[in-house]
Amino acid sequence: MLISNMEHIPGKRITEHLGLVQGSSVRAKHVGRDIMAGLKNIFGGELKGYTELLQESRDEALGRMLQQAEAAGANAVMNVRFSTSSVAQGAAEIYVYGTAVTVE
Amino acid sequence: MFELILFLILLVLGYGFGRWAEKRHYRSIIEREKTLNRLPAIASRIPPEKGRYRQTLVMGNTVISVDYFKRFLAGLRNLFGGRVTAYETLLDRARRESLLRMKEQAAGMNAEMVFNVKYETASISKGRRDTIGSVEVLAYGTALIPEPASASDQD
Repeated sequence: MLISNMEHIPGKRITEHLGLVQGSSVRAKHVGRDIMAGLKNIFGGELKGYTELLQESRDEALGRMLQQAEAAGANAVMNVRFSTSSVAQGAAEIYVYGTAVTVE
Repeated sequence: MFELILFLILLVLGYGFGRWAEKRHYRSIIEREKTLNRLPAIASRIPPEKGRYRQTLVMGNTVISVDYFKRFLAGLRNLFGGRVTAYETLLDRARRESLLRMKEQAAGMNAEMVFNVKYETASISKGRRDTIGSVEVLAYGTALIPEPASASDQD
């Protein structure tokens, strides 16, 4: 499965548009990480726990989008966009969407 | 009295560690930017016509927090107005670090360039007394990986 955030693929022709596919994931972190993040808020610097958390969450959202694309019979997802929103304190929603297509 | 002392201790700790961490981070960013300069990241949406490429989505993210001292400074700025340099450096660091991580991922795939780069910013610990606190920056784009010449000859 090809994932790209470009609108067309050089050297390949899009044969069919299969519509929008999407995937989302909401995750919160455990208390230990929250406490560490609280400390980091005093000292400043990177919150590694959160970086990992969001990375995992993004991978999961991508995975769900791919599942949907596969179910639609696509072999590529194009024009992929990410969006993040904090739903509540300590939880973030990651949303991924793109266009499922078949390419030659 | 105790609260005042705690506040001052936090300020001093934040100032000391925050400055140290920021300097160290900037040094590493500048160093890695030099080595990754060979791999251009372009915001253009139109891929090059020449050459055959395989493409994949690459991304890099960072969550960075400001220190206590800078948050205090930003609070003061809210009274007087003006540029909040404390947060400017925070976002600058987060953006550059994310772009570097994206480039590192692309470099690991032997990509030649990264196209259609987009940034996405979100504040994570929102709601706690309306402070920015920490931001997440995600940089993503499409890495173009040159395909071997033999494969393109067959087509």
